[in-house]
Amino acid sequence: MTLDQARTLISQRFATAQVEPAVAGGPIVATVPPDQWTPFAQFAKNDLHCRFFSFLSAVDWKEQGLEVVARLDNVDDRIGLMMKTKLGPGVSACPSITPIFRGADWMEREAYDMFGIRFEGHPDLRRILLTDDWVGHPLLKSYAVDTPHPPYR
Amino acid sequence: MKPPVPEIPVPVWRNFKDLQEWEQLHQERPSGDKHSSAFVSITEGIHNFPGGFVVTTVADSFFNWARKSSVWPVTFGLACCAIEMMATFASRFDVERLGMVPWASPRHSDLMIVSGTVNIKMAPMLKRIYEQMPDPKWAVSMGSCANSGGPFRHGYFVVKGVDRVIPVDVYVPGCPPPPESLLNGLLLLQDQISHFRRTGKRAEPNPKVD
Repeated sequence: MTLDQARTLISQRFATAQVEPAVAGGPIVATVPPDQWTPFAQFAKNDLHCRFFSFLSAVDWKEQGLEVVARLDNVDDRIGLMMKTKLGPGVSACPSITPIFRGADWMEREAYDMFGIRFEGHPDLRRILLTDDWVGHPLLKSYAVDTPHPPYR
Repeated sequence: MKPPVPEIPVPVWRNFKDLQEWEQLHQERPSGDKHSSAFVSITEGIHNFPGGFVVTTVADSFFNWARKSSVWPVTFGLACCAIEMMATFASRFDVERLGMVPWASPRHSDLMIVSGTVNIKMAPMLKRIYEQMPDPKWAVSMGSCANSGGPFRHGYFVVKGVDRVIPVDVYVPGCPPPPESLLNGLLLLQDQISHFRRTGKRAEPNPKVD
């Protein structure tokens, strides 16, 4: 499977997916709505053979809401897939892709820790980096930088 | 669209002391630190006895000489400053000629060199290791991060200076401090130890004579 075949396959199977124009040497960047997030990940694993889960993270676009980003790779055919979903303003719920990619487990926990995104269907969603009693999600733009946090500051 | 709130299980390490308990325990320097009240009262008695100050000051200088000649730092590397600390311990700068033996146990050590960034999750462990060291004990804050938080001062998870966790005797500036700076700090610490008061007060200067 070549990169162009993968792009046409995405646009055939997912009409709602917005595929950004190709960049030489870059991955396929596709934005899907949140309800298509899990089927798209399943499709990428089964049909595009993107079996290598690279990372999952999130972006806070302030009033436009949060965006979840995940990178998958088809190592055999050298296809990189950057899949994104915009959750919309004020929404902090996203479907989990942990049942599909086991490696997304801790990444989603980190995104929950830093951005407060509740991944529905995650088996063990709790804080991974910060302490258990931490208040707030520090990588949100609305988080005050110098928030006093007891006991050491 | 209201998301379902998942049930978050309680982690097992919750049984240990959490940060708030550490805060209550260690807000201030413990009053018994570096002093034993019975020992101080005995030495006060000797010191206030006529002519007794000779005994206490001589004993004081002897003990301080012994203390400053065998300061054993606990090997406690936190970040990139630890590389410079290792260089200081190694043969080129060789702190063993000052009587400092880097020791991998806090229970045999007198000095803790806090080398690197202390974050809020690490601070209770640092405090615990400091508490495990026997009195008298000293602490050197090495580098900008340990002094004030340094470049990470406005980070959400960084303790803004290790002196909010443990009492610090010598601050070594630099990012990271070269081994010469740390060596200078250790020499300053030795100088500080040589004036360390343990066995009663020093003789007051007599205005009629001095």
